[in-house]
Amino acid sequence: MTEWTPLDPALAQALPTGAPVNVSRRGFLGAAGAGTLVLGFGLPMGGARAQAAGGAAAITPGTRVPAFLAIGPDGAIRLQSPFAEGGQGTWTALAQIVGEELDADPASFVVENAPPGPDYRVMPGGIRFTGGSMSVRSSYDTMRRLGASARAVLIQAAAQRLSVPVAELTTQPGRVVHQASGRSLGYGELAPHALDLAVPATPPALKDPKDFRWIGKPQARLDVRAKSTGKAQFSIDTKVDGMLHAAVQHAPRLGLTVGKIRNEAAVKAMKGVHSVHVLDGAVAVVAPRFWHARRAVEAAQVDWLEPSGATYRPMPATFSTADHAAHLATVQGTEEVAESSGDVAKAFAAAKSTVSATYHSQYLNHAQLEPPSALARFNADGTLDMWFPNQAPDMFLAEVAKVSGLPPEKIRIHSPLLGGFFGRHFLYPKGNPYPQAIELAKRVNAPVKLIWTREEEFLRDPLRPMAAVRFRGALDAAGMPLAIEAVSATEGPGEGIADKRSGKIDPSALEGLTGKSYAVANTRIAQIFVKSPTTLAYWRSVGNSMNDFFYEAFLDELADQGGQDPYAVRQHLLAGNARLTTLLKAVVDLSGGWKRGPFKAADGTTRARGMAMASPFGTQTAAIAEVSISDGQVTVHEVWQAIDPGSIVNPAIITAQVNSAVALGVSQALVEEAAYKNGERVARNFDGYPILTPDRMPRVHVRIVESGEKMGGIGEPGLPAVPPAVVNAVSRLRGKRVRALPIGTLA
Amino acid sequence: MIELTINGQKRRVDAEGDTPLLWVLRDDLGMTGTKYGCGIAQCGACSVMIDGTVTRSCVTPVESVASAQITTIEAVEADPVGARVVEAWVKHQVPQCGYCQSGQVMAATSLLKQNARPSDADVEAAMTNLCRCGTYNAIKAAVRDVAGLAPAQEHGA
Repeated sequence: MTEWTPLDPALAQALPTGAPVNVSRRGFLGAAGAGTLVLGFGLPMGGARAQAAGGAAAITPGTRVPAFLAIGPDGAIRLQSPFAEGGQGTWTALAQIVGEELDADPASFVVENAPPGPDYRVMPGGIRFTGGSMSVRSSYDTMRRLGASARAVLIQAAAQRLSVPVAELTTQPGRVVHQASGRSLGYGELAPHALDLAVPATPPALKDPKDFRWIGKPQARLDVRAKSTGKAQFSIDTKVDGMLHAAVQHAPRLGLTVGKIRNEAAVKAMKGVHSVHVLDGAVAVVAPRFWHARRAVEAAQVDWLEPSGATYRPMPATFSTADHAAHLATVQGTEEVAESSGDVAKAFAAAKSTVSATYHSQYLNHAQLEPPSALARFNADGTLDMWFPNQAPDMFLAEVAKVSGLPPEKIRIHSPLLGGFFGRHFLYPKGNPYPQAIELAKRVNAPVKLIWTREEEFLRDPLRPMAAVRFRGALDAAGMPLAIEAVSATEGPGEGIADKRSGKIDPSALEGLTGKSYAVANTRIAQIFVKSPTTLAYWRSVGNSMNDFFYEAFLDELADQGGQDPYAVRQHLLAGNARLTTLLKAVVDLSGGWKRGPFKAADGTTRARGMAMASPFGTQTAAIAEVSISDGQVTVHEVWQAIDPGSIVNPAIITAQVNSAVALGVSQALVEEAAYKNGERVARNFDGYPILTPDRMPRVHVRIVESGEKMGGIGEPGLPAVPPAVVNAVSRLRGKRVRALPIGTLA
Repeated sequence: MIELTINGQKRRVDAEGDTPLLWVLRDDLGMTGTKYGCGIAQCGACSVMIDGTVTRSCVTPVESVASAQITTIEAVEADPVGARVVEAWVKHQVPQCGYCQSGQVMAATSLLKQNARPSDADVEAAMTNLCRCGTYNAIKAAVRDVAGLAPAQEHGA
């Protein structure tokens, strides 16, 4: 995802960023309808109430301390997070950031996903979503100021309690201290007295980073024990009184509608069935138990009808991914230029030699382990509660309002922990189960939890796009790249989700072909728009997930053609770029020195190494992979990665995220492909859609480089350099280029 | 009615015999620590122990375990080996999203109960559950730690 691009511009509001404010205790608690003696008020505040509490227009996101922080009498701190936690560690990082300025141990924090509402739209432009590796970097300053404001209020309260001037007070973790008298008060004792105090008119000073106690340290994650003992609750685990379960059978091709259920009477008569329903493009069974619902809905024999009118991205009965790949490789069309420099035609005319090659990427499922679910409960007071996995509560609220017909203030969105996401839980037309849950709950007049089985999920999960990129490269007399042209036949995820073109090139289609840091004098990066018959999605590292593979693998081809070493070529093209020269050297050093191979390893295998770089999501990365091949199977033994996110919050989480990104990168390089034949998915579960297994996980070695540049992202940037590093190593070892993913079994 | 022994307690459930144990645990007994991921014994998120042996509950008919000792993640810390596995998971900061980790902890506990000193090959053979977050290296390090093996597995700088 491109930096700072709202997913739904309609939701972007130009809200001012100002100094933090306190909210009157009476106003806040009155609006929320309950009072506990804590600083602020967190959990039971639905989006509607949050908005009613001050009027949306009056709220500057990220400034009202009580909307974010509640401190219990025991000093436990509850933080409402604007961002979802799905394994990427954001909640722990936010506790570190707020705790640093509040002067409170991050380990004393309990973090929760905040409800919708203007307080939490803390991203630039007044929006809120979890994605684009943006959570920490987009809210870092805001969350620090919030912590500092809360600390200032607690100090004021202590000054009143102790009858001493504010200037005589300082803090230790969790306590305000009056050193002169040796007296101190815990934050938990002070919180009730802090409620009515205004935050200081002058924003409190932030700490000097050299004094940081928690930021920059490997703070233990807050959620690890709950997640190691089965106590962590995900959407799929949610249960409410009187709840019924639902399962669906989707049309095998998107766009088909239900003609009739041939055996409807028999399905209705199956054990445990409450009711059978025809939905838009699906049939559903509701039952007191999920197993009965699932078994019955899978027994339904449905006559599916071709769509009669315009519908969202109908899947043609003739579609196959193999044919589509061939089409993308050869299709002619308007080449829309996204980025260019120099004079490519002249460079090719002057070239010592040239190289042409066509590269391919595959469709990918998100394959997060938690299948999507949605629980809808209409309440007697006319309100609606919804629980579902989502990366953007405000955006989902707006859609739930449309689907349910209720005004937003009558809807509460609950956003539990995500059992993995990788881009899966944005709003995707036909790609989320909540509209079906709402419809079923209305029909049966009871709360309904709908789970998409793995098979239904793989059928409706929108996919990482496919592309074919036609490269041409020109080399100078020294064998160094003089010109690179890349024309990608593809549809970007942004334009695919919207199902319309914006008039501009979708930046997420080409990122990773564009935005490279190499000093190639003549470049031309273009897109031929080819609509994908499938639905499309953001997938971890988005365009970079495939485009850096294309570019970095082709760069190695150029190096080979020019008789140059790939490391030397990259060093040459980065001359004068101190940051990336340092980073590249860091990964080479981490790997024990550049050793391309092939060479014999201690275990007798013949191995080779490949390298690649990427600049995704504001962060810089460089990776080296070491591989061997046996019986056509590629083993990735080692991956070394150096990552420069500018500055950091938690090095342990960064290391974990790089491990995670390496796993996904190796997985898509070796085994993953969402294939279609005759308009239908070839595989709809992990037996036919393999993901990386533990035995194929490489050892991962991470070096964090803090250049001090602007803070970049962490969740996604570790991925893009991995597939090309693997492919470059494999190509070196075989003496023959790999130009398509997944590598699969080599001939 | 079927009588089950789950975490040392007798539980009676009104389910047909061919109902997968997973759904009896989750929907009939409200024990949601055991996860649904694929339903076809591919991912291992549903792993429980049946008489101490790790078993994928999504394909285990409940009638087939009526006379067995069923252990789920909810009771893993009551087992001395399980408690050590959990501590190792915390020490090595294994979970990311956490969804697969109930099953991973059960698989590791089963392995280490049967083989206190597993070799790397034993660990590889036993720890086959999928993790989309790619916590595999941390899992291996945690298992090796409980087994008293040297921390050969590097997963950091």
